[in-house]
Amino acid sequence: MTAATTRMPAGATLLRIRGLRKSFGQQTVLHGIDLDVPQGSVTVLLGPSGSGKSTLLRCINHLEKPDAGFVELDGAVIGYRRGRRHLHELPAREVTRQRASVGMVFQQFNLFPHLTVLENLVEAPIAHRLATKAQAADTARELLARVGLAGREGAYPLQLSGGQQQRVAIARALALRPRLLLFDEPTSALDPELVGEVLGVIKDLAADGMTMIVVTHEIGFAREAADHAVFLDAGRIVESGPPADVLSAPKHERTRAFLDAVL
Amino acid sequence: MPLSRSAPTQPPPTDPPPASSPSQSTSSSSSSSSSSSSSTVFVPALATTRADEELLARRLVPPRRPGRWVSAAVALVLAAMLVHTIVANPRFEWGIVRQYFVAASIIHGLELTLWLTAAVMICGYALGIALACMRLSGNPILRGFAFLYVWLFRSVPPLVQLLFWYELASFYPKLSVGIPFGPAFGTANTAHLFSGEFAAFVALSLDVAAFSAEIVRGGILSVDPGQSEAAQALGLGRWRTFRRVVLPQAMPAIVPASGNMLIGTLKATSLVSVIAVVDLLYAVQLIYNANFEVIPLLLVATAWYLLLTTVLSIGQYYVERHYSRGTKRRPAARTLRQITRANLPLFPPGTAGSVNGIGGL
Repeated sequence: MTAATTRMPAGATLLRIRGLRKSFGQQTVLHGIDLDVPQGSVTVLLGPSGSGKSTLLRCINHLEKPDAGFVELDGAVIGYRRGRRHLHELPAREVTRQRASVGMVFQQFNLFPHLTVLENLVEAPIAHRLATKAQAADTARELLARVGLAGREGAYPLQLSGGQQQRVAIARALALRPRLLLFDEPTSALDPELVGEVLGVIKDLAADGMTMIVVTHEIGFAREAADHAVFLDAGRIVESGPPADVLSAPKHERTRAFLDAVL
Repeated sequence: MPLSRSAPTQPPPTDPPPASSPSQSTSSSSSSSSSSSSSTVFVPALATTRADEELLARRLVPPRRPGRWVSAAVALVLAAMLVHTIVANPRFEWGIVRQYFVAASIIHGLELTLWLTAAVMICGYALGIALACMRLSGNPILRGFAFLYVWLFRSVPPLVQLLFWYELASFYPKLSVGIPFGPAFGTANTAHLFSGEFAAFVALSLDVAAFSAEIVRGGILSVDPGQSEAAQALGLGRWRTFRRVVLPQAMPAIVPASGNMLIGTLKATSLVSVIAVVDLLYAVQLIYNANFEVIPLLLVATAWYLLLTTVLSIGQYYVERHYSRGTKRRPAARTLRQITRANLPLFPPGTAGSVNGIGGL
């Protein structure tokens, strides 16, 4: 963790979000979000439930289509092609290709229960023709060792504990060698004693320089591992900055109220 | 024989405790009060009174269930009567049944029943899967079309459909292929095209399609949406997501209903006897119209249907087991005995509780 805190959040901006809006029916969930994520940084999204954190995350890999605004990863607009006057939505196949560079880890793990751990990990690399079956299996074993699950490749997900399943899910997301990893409350479905092992893996990734956006309620993790804390309320970013400032000396009254309630 | 073993040895719960188990009381009290040597625990010892010792010495007795024994006896007697009357009644003419069981004309009929069932199931399911995809698509016209199709073909009795397609020539004498409302490329005589067998195939396939569409749609909807979301996030295409992620997980919901559908279709093919297509049932009818041995020959057909259904049921068991991969926390290599116990409900494991609900008597 010392590596994580001393690492400079400098570097070119990998992800740019500008003017992002999203409504579901009458309800507006995101009111124009602007956000920059530098290469190699860890950004935590905090906020009460319903504040739009998960929707923001899902717009980044186009699981939700924004109503306005754009998400740009390394200069390419996610989900759209720049026409002469409009942004044209990309055909599903192109979106599929873009998603390979953005990994996502879900609250409920969403491992494929009918496939073994190894099959879960090799499915996407083979589908994207990034590797042969043998190469993909080798990479998968390396990734499993990296998340502390060497030797469990033959198990089915339901035979693993929640913490182990989530670590497999992280390895599965890493198998495509993504530029950016998104975590949607990765420890919220875990027993308290299993939270540490998952956060440990995320911290290791941060130390290795992986760019990550983490939606979490783990304030301690945010303090330790994040370079950037963003607080959302009712679809707007109300406060952002280094975690030491946002979490220890919050300026906005909503941030203060939230932290008082959580801590 | 569990029947004779369990009942008489167990005293009713109001009996005094058997005096013959002092060892049980000492062992249970010692294990509860003093810690074992392998791991130390830090819990203050709780007092155990004489009354506790006396309670600990008692055996736990499940309730007696006289109703079970009575109902089991009644059922067994009725079953014995049924078997006896079938075997002993000479008018069933088992000799004739044996004589015709593998007669050439009946085997021919059986072949037609089998290939008609197979063709109807394959084409019906192909159409049904397409209809299910239409029902689940974002295109409201396709959704509406699939809905109307299912509504119409589920409502019309298959026998009516069979007669309709058989009589198609009387209101569409000619069928053509061409541009809609434009010129035709080819024309065929409906009466030649719609033979009895083809009419049966079309009618039953359209019927199976309507039901299988609902079975498949239900199976797909039973899969957690998080699964296709995860597949999308991994950049799997729509078709690969469906084939590798959604469909295998929909199968546990689809297979049992489809097994029913298959067996139902096997029997529904006997409807074709009304339009003089020689299936198993009609082959039998042709014989008994000549020799008037109606019941023995119907028994021949019944025996074949029973045999085929049994084979299909066994096949269904293995297909279900294949698709239950990963659904159990512990991979179980079950013994033949366990499989029998799980599937024959007479004496389920844990007889007293009848855990699986349908077990027990």
